[in-house]
Amino acid sequence: MTAPGGELLVFAVLTPVLGILLSFARGGRAAEAITLALAPVGLVLAGFVAWLVAWSGAPLVYEIGGLAPPLGIALRADGASATMMVVTALIVPAAAFYAREKFATPQGGESRSALTFWIMLQAIWAALNLVFLGSDLFNLYVALELLTFAAVPLVCIDGRPETLAAALRYLLFALFGSISYLLGVALLYGGYGTLDIVLLGQKIEGTPLVWTAAALMTAGLLAKTALFPLHIWLPPAHANAPAAASAVLSGLVVKGSFFLALRLWFYVLPGLPIAAPAALLGALGGCAALFGSILALRQARLKLLVAYSTVAQIGYLFLMFPLAAAPAGGALGWSGGFMQVLAHAFAKAAMFLSAGVLAEALGHDRIAQFGGAARALPLTFLTLGLGGLSLMGLPPSGGFEAKWFLLRACAASGQWIWAVPILGGGLLAGGYVFRILAPALGDGEVKVKASPRRSQELVALGLVVIALALAFAPENFFEFIRIGRPLAGGGAS
Amino acid sequence: MTPSVLAGLVGAALVGLGLYGLISNPHPLRKLLAFNLVGSGVFLVFGIVARRGAAAGFAFDPVPQAMVITGIVVAFAASALAVALILRLAAASGKVTLDPRAWTKPGEGGQ
Amino acid sequence: MSVLAALDLGLALLVVGVAAWTVSARNLFAAVVGYVAYGLLLALVWVRLYAPDVALTEAAVGGGVTGVLLVTAGKRLDALASAEIGAPPGRGLKIFAGALAALVAGALAWVVLTLPSTPPSLAPAAAEAASGPGAGLGNPITAVLISYRSFDTMLEKVVLILAVLGVWSVGADAAWGRAPAPLRKPEPDGAMILLAQVLAPVGLLIGLHIFWVGADAPGGAFQGGALLAAMGMVAMMARLMAPPRIDSRKLRLALVAGPAVFLVVGVAGLMLAGHLFAYPQNFAKPLILFIEAFMVVSIAVALPMLVSGPPDGGAK
Repeated sequence: MTAPGGELLVFAVLTPVLGILLSFARGGRAAEAITLALAPVGLVLAGFVAWLVAWSGAPLVYEIGGLAPPLGIALRADGASATMMVVTALIVPAAAFYAREKFATPQGGESRSALTFWIMLQAIWAALNLVFLGSDLFNLYVALELLTFAAVPLVCIDGRPETLAAALRYLLFALFGSISYLLGVALLYGGYGTLDIVLLGQKIEGTPLVWTAAALMTAGLLAKTALFPLHIWLPPAHANAPAAASAVLSGLVVKGSFFLALRLWFYVLPGLPIAAPAALLGALGGCAALFGSILALRQARLKLLVAYSTVAQIGYLFLMFPLAAAPAGGALGWSGGFMQVLAHAFAKAAMFLSAGVLAEALGHDRIAQFGGAARALPLTFLTLGLGGLSLMGLPPSGGFEAKWFLLRACAASGQWIWAVPILGGGLLAGGYVFRILAPALGDGEVKVKASPRRSQELVALGLVVIALALAFAPENFFEFIRIGRPLAGGGAS
Repeated sequence: MTPSVLAGLVGAALVGLGLYGLISNPHPLRKLLAFNLVGSGVFLVFGIVARRGAAAGFAFDPVPQAMVITGIVVAFAASALAVALILRLAAASGKVTLDPRAWTKPGEGGQ
Repeated sequence: MSVLAALDLGLALLVVGVAAWTVSARNLFAAVVGYVAYGLLLALVWVRLYAPDVALTEAAVGGGVTGVLLVTAGKRLDALASAEIGAPPGRGLKIFAGALAALVAGALAWVVLTLPSTPPSLAPAAAEAASGPGAGLGNPITAVLISYRSFDTMLEKVVLILAVLGVWSVGADAAWGRAPAPLRKPEPDGAMILLAQVLAPVGLLIGLHIFWVGADAPGGAFQGGALLAAMGMVAMMARLMAPPRIDSRKLRLALVAGPAVFLVVGVAGLMLAGHLFAYPQNFAKPLILFIEAFMVVSIAVALPMLVSGPPDGGAK
């Protein structure tokens, strides 16, 4: 049933959609102005939704057109979705603010890269809000497609052949992911005649149809999330995009499909025995955390290193499946996994923005030639170092908090095996962060081609400070992200 | 065998054929064709679900059919974007390979 | 086996056979031609599934517009005959792909054969609701698209706009603002022009008719728009029409008209009917036709622009 204030959920999606339509129709400089003008509106909407959810302690639901599911479509904000909306509303405007110089529209004209960047950035925001709020599996398919169509052009925005190849590979993986997801949706509709997550969650049984559908949908979502071994598209795509786009792609976009995987396993299939598939997802995640970190260690370019680090950090997210699905310590696993989502979003966005500042200032991003760069760009290397702290999982940082929760979940459920990737990945992360910082802090004279923009450095620093501040999240925050999460057996917490 | 069961089996075969082509064919345009085969197979599954849901005087359940119409549009838009990328890639570099090794130049910084 | 059943079986085998051809053909262009034939055959399957709306869409888009897109792409790639293709797949990859494909197809076939014996359906609910918020629409699919699942439909039009911008964004910086290259490089022959002169106006009328009857009979905004788009493309191929410049204000407005009007009417629903994307009971049908009219425009413009590709010209 629709609750008071539920309209806000629709407006959270429609505001960036309106921005897209206006920007496209007006063209030219309007796109940038509209994006920056609507950013505060988006933040206020996200904050207000979070406040309403926290205040009522229950999910906020809106039935579009006053038409209830199964025939109509509902939007539903629970603690998890409200949190993700707020994170998006902080990171997207930060990336927009950072990108103003690079994507400034020439006087009296319109440029290819600027118009594309500003419109696609708004489209990512609209798509992510819909991913977080959608409660209908087909509506979520549309959201996934919006996300793909917004993200792919950002990868090849500078037009070099290798970026075009990276974008094309990304597109093909994403399309495979969408169609595999859609096939699962078709089967679920054939079995239950509804695609509403809440209604399905009440009806679902462990039939071959359901398991086939779940496998297909999960495979599709993993391809889009770039979980090992479907990760090969990610590093070239994220490393070749402009820094502001990389920050959004790595920090937020891959979390969109991950969020839907959570929705599928913890909201649609909560009553089923999911221990075995959850363990498989955890194992893939563990491999990703180790394998991605090892590959990150071997990269010669900073942006590629940071991109491979994303492959590794995505791995931790999937440890959430075995840990949060366990009867004992499940709440700890849920909190730890979510903390990892948030910490990585802020830390990785900050690191990509810093890598962009660095590449602009030095004219390259080859790590071997960073000798002495920390003296020339102290603020940027401070941001990289603090972001690295969170990736390694050292206190005080959101990354530490996440791993601490996950390790306690391992202990509570007796699944010690998952401690191996958590700790091993942390050590390897220490290795690759050291590889960036050691030459920069050492001797040498780098040639600074252009002095870094202080405003860009401060945006990145601001994001990394949030990643650290997450370490001090109070206990009610973890209660908040559990609002509306069904418990095994069909009850709601 | 009713037409809808037959169509379901055709859908399954198309998904299988397309998946095979998508993985095994190196040419991106051929991959795109294969993707479209998978897509139409998936739409057929929606189609038989709709046909089986015939009730209340309708020969079909309208909801899955509406979803197919939405899906066909999206699949076409995706094909158009992929074609644009493929043509531009071929024109800019003379290569249409997706092999990552073809695009890494040792010692090149990029950016 | 009755005649119809034999025909069904033949059609099924033909569809799968042509699909196998497009996957296995040695030559790129042969595969593309196979795919176009496949799209048309598929429309027949949809007719047999009692899905005339989908059949119309599949014939117009799956066969027609996608066909032009792929044939044009195949020709342009062939013109770049030197284009280096990646290494052919190894035996290991082929075996893996085959095994995975067989596994997925087998699981799917099994699930399809064991679907619940009492199929769930929203058809009764849709029939009942057609007198309510669906508001006197005789075509339940139009009611689902524009009323019950209006949010999907509106956002899917936004997807089309993003796709158009994505296609344009692949072009060269110097070409920005110009028009895409014409669909046919050489001068078309007289037969093509004559065909276009005869076909385009007829198709235009049929497209408008499909849109207009779509409220009550098979048809609707998408199918009508797609047919109009196809006619536009025929005219473009005969060089009776040229693609417009991409910075043209009219073009941009035409592209956003559908989703924009949908959005405005949807938000107005909050005041007029108490819910976002709700229609006031007495005005539902005219409002829905109003939205659909603009969607026809957006679709009819978006599809040819997607096929035409990025703006052309400027420095390479």
